[in-house]
Amino acid sequence: MARIGVFVCHCGENIGRTVDCTKVAEALKNHPGVVESVDYKYMCSDPGQALIKQSIAEKNLTGVVVAACSPHMHEKTFRRAAFGGGLNPFLCEMANVREHCSWIHEDKEKATEKAIAIGRTIVEKVKRNVPLETIRIPVTKRALVIGGGIAGIQAALDLADGGAEVILVEKEPSIGGHMSQLSETFPTLDCSQCILTPRMVEVYQHPNIKLYSYSELESLEGYIGNFKATIRKKARSVNEELCNGCGACTQVCIQKKIPSEFDAGLGKRTAIYVPFPQAVPNIPVIDRKNCARFKAKAKGILKEACGKCAEACLKGAVDFDQEDRFVTEEVGAVVVATGYQLYTIGKDQPEGLQGYGEYGYGTIPDVIDGLQFERLASASGPTGGQILRPSDGKPPKTIVFLQCIGSRDPQKGIEYCSKICCMYVAKHTMLYKHKVHGGKAVVFYMDIRAAGKGYEEFSRRAIEEDGAIYIRGRVSRMYRDGQTIKVQGFDTLAGEPVEIDADMVVLATAMRPQPGIETLAQKLSVSYDRHGFINEAHPKLRPVETNTAGIFVAGACQSPRDIPDAVAMASATAAKVLGLFSKDQLEREPTVAKVNQDLCAGCFSCEHVCPYGAVEHKEIRDRKGVLLKIVAEVNGGVCQGCGTCQATCPSKSVELQGFTDEQIYSEINALAGCVE
Amino acid sequence: MQEKSKSDGAFEPKLTAFVCNWCTYTGADLAGTSRLQMATNVRIIRLPCTGRIDPLFILKAFERGADGVIVSGCHPADCHYTSGNYHARRRFAVFNDLMEFVGIDPGRLTFSWVSASEGAKWRDVVNEATSKVKALGPFTTYPNAGLALGEVAHASA
Repeated sequence: MARIGVFVCHCGENIGRTVDCTKVAEALKNHPGVVESVDYKYMCSDPGQALIKQSIAEKNLTGVVVAACSPHMHEKTFRRAAFGGGLNPFLCEMANVREHCSWIHEDKEKATEKAIAIGRTIVEKVKRNVPLETIRIPVTKRALVIGGGIAGIQAALDLADGGAEVILVEKEPSIGGHMSQLSETFPTLDCSQCILTPRMVEVYQHPNIKLYSYSELESLEGYIGNFKATIRKKARSVNEELCNGCGACTQVCIQKKIPSEFDAGLGKRTAIYVPFPQAVPNIPVIDRKNCARFKAKAKGILKEACGKCAEACLKGAVDFDQEDRFVTEEVGAVVVATGYQLYTIGKDQPEGLQGYGEYGYGTIPDVIDGLQFERLASASGPTGGQILRPSDGKPPKTIVFLQCIGSRDPQKGIEYCSKICCMYVAKHTMLYKHKVHGGKAVVFYMDIRAAGKGYEEFSRRAIEEDGAIYIRGRVSRMYRDGQTIKVQGFDTLAGEPVEIDADMVVLATAMRPQPGIETLAQKLSVSYDRHGFINEAHPKLRPVETNTAGIFVAGACQSPRDIPDAVAMASATAAKVLGLFSKDQLEREPTVAKVNQDLCAGCFSCEHVCPYGAVEHKEIRDRKGVLLKIVAEVNGGVCQGCGTCQATCPSKSVELQGFTDEQIYSEINALAGCVE
Repeated sequence: MQEKSKSDGAFEPKLTAFVCNWCTYTGADLAGTSRLQMATNVRIIRLPCTGRIDPLFILKAFERGADGVIVSGCHPADCHYTSGNYHARRRFAVFNDLMEFVGIDPGRLTFSWVSASEGAKWRDVVNEATSKVKALGPFTTYPNAGLALGEVAHASA
């Protein structure tokens, strides 16, 4: 038999002014199952809470209803008080008679009547509450970081320095990401590699970091604190333990004219290669698509197959028969930091995106994109840092920079601003003017968005000190005229068309998430927007968490980011993960779904609607081990307690604890004045 | 037992509102903290998510004497649980068509998205739903529901 205590709060005058609290307490005293009903000036005060604790002991209460403010305000307070009085905290509920009653009504009689009704409803619910225990789940204090660009590197280092073990997975042969390709960085013009490569080495040497380069995440199972990651180590064709990075193999390779990815296609590399001299790890990879031996093998020619790299290797590290290997790592949290790709302006457009045929990218050799310009300007680039045209190797006298290629253009499929282009174009004009004295840099822009510390000053410097010419307007057409490129556009401020003879054109193309991000997001069961950027859990208050507990996001895979942003996000994820790892066990609210396995017919409708993948399959066997049926089971560590499964289940065999059908129907009944 | 309040002759309907904890319940809290005055006829039942709302709750509310029902939760794409409100939306799109079949004027049922920042919208939803149900008059399609009431409540005890 239920023994409920009702505690009506006046909240000073806040409730008492429009609700007759004494009358509410009196009315509820006669409600079946209520053994104590009192009103008090401030229930949340120490004496108020003491009153509740005392009543629990004296009246031997089985449930507590506090008719006061919103549960969002003081549910925790009163549940703690109930616990202090010796009651399971989940046997205490609040009836909201302030926000939902006294504050929104003036008629005292009606408000009092409504407050009584609200009180009765919650009393009926609490009668059916059952004690719930906080869920405790163990935590594996190791983190998986996906992506070895600057965001991934920062996250890994912060985590490792904080004492957590880190598994860093990078799909390319070396870590470093796009930042390693840049020449100088805005707004300080400091050398990108000079600040990045020491960090890369630190990652490699850190005792807490295990690096899997040339590897990808194959699958992820489990839930917060208890993930199991399967990592595919792609066949490098070089034994990592034996190789000492001497580079003898790359020198003898007969394939020397493969466009280098690191140089954005402007430089050449061999088939067995290290992407760039400072690569970490400094271990070559055989590009099997371009290797003469593998090409011959694919054609069925085995005799006289090239094996020069293997012959040159004194350590015997070249292993043509190596295959992809899979390793499993147990981790407690995951940081996604897969970065970006540039809008490919020529071919290979994904559905819904259009290219920019009118700009001649891919057909006019001197039309390049921002990353290619970075390689031209970089001291480690194909020209050794000299700005030279790809077509004839001469220094360009006029360069036209076009901003917002792809970005802010809903017609081409991308409506967002890529954030970094205004700044890197300003930087490009400066780098160019510093290297080609007397050169002319013309920028076509829509707006200059230079929000950031030192950014506005930087872009002004490009115009005022280095003399970059900024034209507000778009370019409609470009074509090759002899050695020059005719750029036809419109100056919207002067209100007249302009035509410029350019020697080179640089397109500031949009930032997009990496290809395959959707597949990765599905493996991690995190959501992504229609462009493929990973969704954060809350755009303002939870910017580095995803909607899947234990999975975090950093850098440009969440939205276009510059380096300071990506680094800040990465450190934020590290703080979040270290916070998660600071306890041996995670505590979770027990308001999660539970399956009645006797009733469950195994239709798994619940599995289809669960946003968290919390529903698992469980085999029910008899004593002889014969499979009787497969039923649903909810993983309490994953379930967030939305209850969509319960409303969906045809046989009503899954119940959300704390919001069971019985509880809700009794509330509905109570509103009709019907009580047991 | 259920009584239609007809104290001063005017019909005062009873409305039951099923709302999600994160958006509409919080929005209703905001209406309170903003002291927005509204009709006293709506009683709120708090649920974690609109995805938790079984269409049977609505039928049961009518059966137990509600004259109107409000269902409200987070706007599409704002669900605290990512997709609960989408399931709810689909469910109630179908359910709405069944209302007349079971003998309930669809005007008695209000669906609405009210976010945690829309206290004023919640007030409007409450007032509009109340005046709409007032105009429709007391819900009397299930006159015998009250008879079974005691038994059911007893059985569930």
